[in-house]
Amino acid sequence: MKKNRLIENIVHGIFLLLGLITVGCVLIITIYLVISGIPAIREIGLVPFLFGKTWASTSAQPLYGILPFILTSIYGTAGAILLGVPIGFLTAVYLSKVAPPKIKSVMETAVSLMAGIPSVVYGLIGMMVLVPGIRSLFRIPDGASLLAAIIVLAIMILPSIIKVSMTALDAVPKEYEDASLALGATPIETYFRVSVPAAKSGISAAVVLGVGRAIGEAMAIMMVAGNAPNMPSLFQSVRFLTTAVASEMAYSSGLQQQALFSIALVLFLFIMLINATLNFFLKRSKEV
Amino acid sequence: MNYIITAKDLCLWYGQFQALKSITMDIPENRITAFIGPSGCGKSTFLKTLNRMNDLVPGVRITGDVRFHEENIFDKSVDVNELRRDIGMVFQKPNPFPMSIYDNIAYGPRTHGITNKSQLDCIVEQALKDAAIWDEVKDRLKKNALGLSGGQQQRLCIARALAVQPQVLLMDEPTSALDPISTSRIEELTLELKKKYSIVIVTHNMQQAVRISDHTAFFLLGELVEFGKTEDLFSQPKEKRTEDYITGRFG
Amino acid sequence: MHTSAKRKAYITLMRVLMWVSTALTAALVLFLLGYVLWNGLPNITWELLSTKPSYITDRIGILPDILNTLYVVLATLVFVVPLGVGAAVYLTEYASNKRIVGVIEYAAETLSGIPSIIYGLVGMLLFSNNMGTCLMAGSLTLVIMNLPTIMRTTQESLKTVPQSYREGAFGLGAGKWRVIRTVVLPNCIDGVITGCILTVGRILGESAALLFTAGLAHAVNGIVDGLASPGATLTVALYVYAKEEGEFGIAFAIAAILMVLTILINLAATLVGKYYNNRRNV
Repeated sequence: MKKNRLIENIVHGIFLLLGLITVGCVLIITIYLVISGIPAIREIGLVPFLFGKTWASTSAQPLYGILPFILTSIYGTAGAILLGVPIGFLTAVYLSKVAPPKIKSVMETAVSLMAGIPSVVYGLIGMMVLVPGIRSLFRIPDGASLLAAIIVLAIMILPSIIKVSMTALDAVPKEYEDASLALGATPIETYFRVSVPAAKSGISAAVVLGVGRAIGEAMAIMMVAGNAPNMPSLFQSVRFLTTAVASEMAYSSGLQQQALFSIALVLFLFIMLINATLNFFLKRSKEV
Repeated sequence: MNYIITAKDLCLWYGQFQALKSITMDIPENRITAFIGPSGCGKSTFLKTLNRMNDLVPGVRITGDVRFHEENIFDKSVDVNELRRDIGMVFQKPNPFPMSIYDNIAYGPRTHGITNKSQLDCIVEQALKDAAIWDEVKDRLKKNALGLSGGQQQRLCIARALAVQPQVLLMDEPTSALDPISTSRIEELTLELKKKYSIVIVTHNMQQAVRISDHTAFFLLGELVEFGKTEDLFSQPKEKRTEDYITGRFG
Repeated sequence: MHTSAKRKAYITLMRVLMWVSTALTAALVLFLLGYVLWNGLPNITWELLSTKPSYITDRIGILPDILNTLYVVLATLVFVVPLGVGAAVYLTEYASNKRIVGVIEYAAETLSGIPSIIYGLVGMLLFSNNMGTCLMAGSLTLVIMNLPTIMRTTQESLKTVPQSYREGAFGLGAGKWRVIRTVVLPNCIDGVITGCILTVGRILGESAALLFTAGLAHAVNGIVDGLASPGATLTVALYVYAKEEGEFGIAFAIAAILMVLTILINLAATLVGKYYNNRRNV
């Protein structure tokens, strides 16, 4: 009997460790990012680092201002949301409420396929189609620009927006819709004035999830945004927080590399903020 | 007596299954008409046919006609949204929208194009007063309606239905999800409302039918077995099946 | 009285907007599929699949990238499955303290929200700087990244194991560990399989996390040597060929392969889900 209890206790301990492993990973990631991100910020100074308008890491007198990256990430994400959310949202309402079952199931498959396409494939298509398209359409010397990045990001966040919004809309109790119809509202009015408000927490979660995806995407953007550290402008080559890390990591060292870690830390803080918002909305959508 | 809705030879199928068999019935104006019968007898189906909520069920087929003010409600020229505005409905389970109390009541009028704030305020207040819930909620009109008790929610739903100024109110077992006290409040309210509205109520509670209705219709297996004054139907039923049911021999 | 013109206009507008959006989404999927397959499939030859790049013949083959992908998938699954399943078992079978469950689940959600470029960076600091840039370092990075996936799918399927099974086994005097081994684990296979499929999909698509941890080499190795040396997976190879070397034919060929694999993985996930749903309902 004693031996059995010992085994039970050992097994319990092992499972406890396995359970805590995710917590451990989060802690390790946070600690590593903080430890490796702080030194450069100390050396450069927080204000010149965050608000400096020039990034010239390889010049004789290097400058490490990441304001262009921060603003590009914010503008790029906002643009992607502005473009992707309405399309995704309207598609979700159509598929969840209006579409015949066959179309719904075909489109659901299509959307999950879209979600599974690797980001480099999006990048490749962006490089081959969007970049030359933008160049000839707007007659600019190079199509690799913030605009190209925004379009690629908008397409990439579309599946998450559609999926999460649909889940929320599908969960709206039919009673709400019946009540609205019985008051003389048409089905379409009912969907947009009752079902959508009833699903608003879930739909907000979809938007926040999209923000997280967009701000964290690196490789697809590397391929279409041009990567010059300019202040953001729609038709100019730009660099995001993510691509700032990715584009110089391979050959950097010393303070330059440390500054890249600091950029990652800033990105990480953005993501944590977004995660907290996401959790807030998800919790609320479960409660209602 | 005037009749506000008249049904003639109404049959309804869900796919192959015939849920209503040739129902002919005149529903009197400014009275309470109760539908009773065992579950699955078609009483709710018939009720939902009167404001065409059954249109939404896939595979539904309807023959015969239902006239509202002499106009066939299945006629192509009838606007189903306007019909539902004139014939309001209260559901079995209280189903307020997850919005504020005010927005719940204002939803119907807004849908039908009223946007003027003071006009809406007026409608909301009147509807809540008519549904005898004004005093309980007047201080928290901006609060979420889901915070109300079940009985309050149901009266809110009645107020919401009244806010579009219907002529008929269809009530589908409105008290089955409520406690006895809330139930009696709704019953009192219903008696009050019949001065202004014609009411049709589906109930599985025969005492309730006796307490509040002027006329009662007994449904069985999709047929209208008997329809008459409530006191007559319960004291001297003409049909054997009615008698068996109201004396509790089945159901 | 009829529905007013204003209302009718609103309804028509919303209807049109919904149709346009859905049509746009559908067209986008068709275009992505068609464009990649159209440009990629003609470039896939047996030679491409079976050789490695050679400066002597000036030909590019992607055999090393295929092998590397395979090694990374295997190595990642070997580690992530026991860890993820263990964590899920702890959460559903052992954890009685609500706070611990909350913390663990929050941590898992946080992990799934972290972008892959950050995983790449931390993986580089944590693994590559200690063991060198190699496939193993990449795999370990992917283990952390995919832990929440396996954990969540396993948890979902554990929740559907009826409580009566456990009670039945406990009633026979079985200890907790025995109950888990004999009753709980065999019933969560579907969750584990679904998790594995999703993980494979994610590994196939991953590039940012591997770029600085697993490297860019294209050498043909056995699995042991392969894991110990640097190498590019298909996705990383696509990036390099398209972005750095301008070999668009090769990039499209790889993209087409990845696209086909994505379709197969989606199909597999659906089939597994259906199969186990049917079996549960019988």
